[in-house]
Amino acid sequence: MRNTFKVLAVVSLVAFLMPLMSIGQGGGTLDVVKGRGKLICGVNNAVPGFGFVDQQGNFSGFDIDYCRAVAAAVLGDPNAVEFRPLSAAARFTALSTGEIDVLSRNTTWTFLRDVDLKTNFAPTTFYDGQGFMVRASSSINTLTDLNGATVCVLQGTTTEQNLADLARRLNITINPLVFPDSTTRDQAYDQGRCDALTTDASQLAAVRTTLSNPADHKILADLISKEPLGPVVRHGDDQWLDIVTWTVFCTIAAEELGVTSGNVGDQISSSSPEVRRLLGVEGDFGTKFGLANAWCVNVLKSTGNYGEIYARNLTPLQLPRDGSLNALYTNGGLLYSPPFR
Amino acid sequence: MPAPQTVIPLWRDVRVLRILAQVIFVITLVLVANWFYTNLSRNLGRTGIHVGFDFLHLTAGFRISEGISFESTDSYGYAFWVGIVNTLRVIGIGILLATILGLVAGVARLSTNWLVCKMASVYIETIRNTPLVVQLFFWYTATFLKLPNVHDSLELPGPIYLSQRGLALPVPHLTEHFSSWSYFLVAGLVLACAVYVGRRRYLQRVQRPGFPSAWALITFLGTSALGWFLLPRSPIAWEVPVLSRFNFEGGLQFTPEFAALLTGLVVYTGAFIAEIVRGGILAVSKGQKEAARALALNNLQVLRLVIFPQALRVIIPPITSQYLNLAKNSSLAVAVGYPDLFSVANTIINQSGRAIEMILFIMGSYLIMSLITSAFSNWYNRRIRLVEH
Repeated sequence: MRNTFKVLAVVSLVAFLMPLMSIGQGGGTLDVVKGRGKLICGVNNAVPGFGFVDQQGNFSGFDIDYCRAVAAAVLGDPNAVEFRPLSAAARFTALSTGEIDVLSRNTTWTFLRDVDLKTNFAPTTFYDGQGFMVRASSSINTLTDLNGATVCVLQGTTTEQNLADLARRLNITINPLVFPDSTTRDQAYDQGRCDALTTDASQLAAVRTTLSNPADHKILADLISKEPLGPVVRHGDDQWLDIVTWTVFCTIAAEELGVTSGNVGDQISSSSPEVRRLLGVEGDFGTKFGLANAWCVNVLKSTGNYGEIYARNLTPLQLPRDGSLNALYTNGGLLYSPPFR
Repeated sequence: MPAPQTVIPLWRDVRVLRILAQVIFVITLVLVANWFYTNLSRNLGRTGIHVGFDFLHLTAGFRISEGISFESTDSYGYAFWVGIVNTLRVIGIGILLATILGLVAGVARLSTNWLVCKMASVYIETIRNTPLVVQLFFWYTATFLKLPNVHDSLELPGPIYLSQRGLALPVPHLTEHFSSWSYFLVAGLVLACAVYVGRRRYLQRVQRPGFPSAWALITFLGTSALGWFLLPRSPIAWEVPVLSRFNFEGGLQFTPEFAALLTGLVVYTGAFIAEIVRGGILAVSKGQKEAARALALNNLQVLRLVIFPQALRVIIPPITSQYLNLAKNSSLAVAVGYPDLFSVANTIINQSGRAIEMILFIMGSYLIMSLITSAFSNWYNRRIRLVEH
């Protein structure tokens, strides 16, 4: 749900500040983090399931777990993280200025952000997209079933544009009911004024938890826009980018190979060469980018593999993984790790 | 003996100074306007924004939830027009209903009946002292959305369906027998005019009050009804709303967004109008009322024939301001999802990125609507003003 103007504002602000900042600390992020003894991670604190802080001040969520995974890989301790809640507008500035080491805040990978804001995106950890929530009792199961339906949508967002495009593309009639704020939109849907509610799928799941009877609602599997979310680092520090990138791959490869937080101790003695390389029993992959050889073991022991991270944070939101883009490629999804060799 | 002639120097001559002051004022005004304009155009040029209105012909691509017929293949310009019509619809009906409500509440607050008077006071004081946008949310989410679901909507005779999707009414449409019936309508109209004129002359001759228009109406209705029963089939058929998969289709429909906005505006503006009406009535001197009573007029006649004609002169100017407020407050429609011109313009801005042009359009539209309302009220005010003979 990005407002074009906000993006432009951030872009221009950063472009203006760019010459003043010292970017790229010459491959030194790893040394800085090790010297400091903790990782500083830019996060969200208001999206349940992704980045959320509870009343005791504990952070939890999918993006939070990837911060912990990086900390475990680098420092061997998943709790050696300082979480820094950031607004959507401030996040890239915080990253460029070196205030944070890694940004893990449901951030969509786009051309402008990658190229113009001088950032690098680690592999996508969550393939989000604009989706639809409908009543479980309704006859709507696919996008074409929306023909004739009234859909609650937020004004001034890309979701409003995507909805209009969808209707034209499928040649169906969708009656949009546009609201300027999400509270009224959610209420109107909850009370039955609309047949469907549309926004980013991850947000839909969070909205559903606030409805009067969450179990009465389902989220359609079809998505109508691309919102790949993943951790972000600064341009110019290839070693650090490699560390964050392969930390993500570590969780994905582990799931593919059946290594979990529960069985990682046993798997160390596995005979499979792939598992042995992943867990650092064979080869010296860790030391090649300045970490311990057991870096991936540390990640898996603390956060578990991708499937466990997903199950812990997103399954409670009833975000279906099976059949979605976030399944492993072996199950028809897009999650695919290059080989550890 | 004539006063000694002294020559006043130019810089102290009041006549010259007056003209000079005005010239300086105009020059300053032009300079300020010019500064604003160049500033705007320079900044627009620098950021690469081009102002132009060609985009109005482009395909809108979105749909509008209610209003006159609109397809997503229509243009942005037409979409904006749909928004204007939606705004005019709510303003027109709103002004009418708010006036009636205000009139009733204003008179009620002066009533000698304790209960009526207190009820009017509570209404006026509650509504006047809470923000309109809060009231709109109340009407929308706590009232109209609490109506039954569309699949178990209330069915009233007609059939009229009431649900949280709105009010669905049967709508009449003409059948092939309408052309024959139209002869009866024309005949009824002619007869009614004749009866009106005849009855009026008669009343004037005998010097008695009466209602010639009521006689004319009865004549017209009687003739039309006669034609209706003489025809083999009815000249008008009803298109009944039918529940389809998601909502009622066909017939005439009023959405809860429209209802919430209209109710909110009417109730809110009505409270202010009530106070103006009360003030206007109190401004008529007590002697007028007593004199009217002395002529044996009853309460209603006193109000209608003596008090109101005089109170109107006090009431009209401030009521005009309330009409203008209602028109401008209608832009809060966006809060409850009603596609008025402001809401549609926002969507157009989001789709096309043409913010400057659309903001100009929004301001222009409200300005024109307000000026028309104002002009009409001024004309009416001149018409009813006290003419001294």
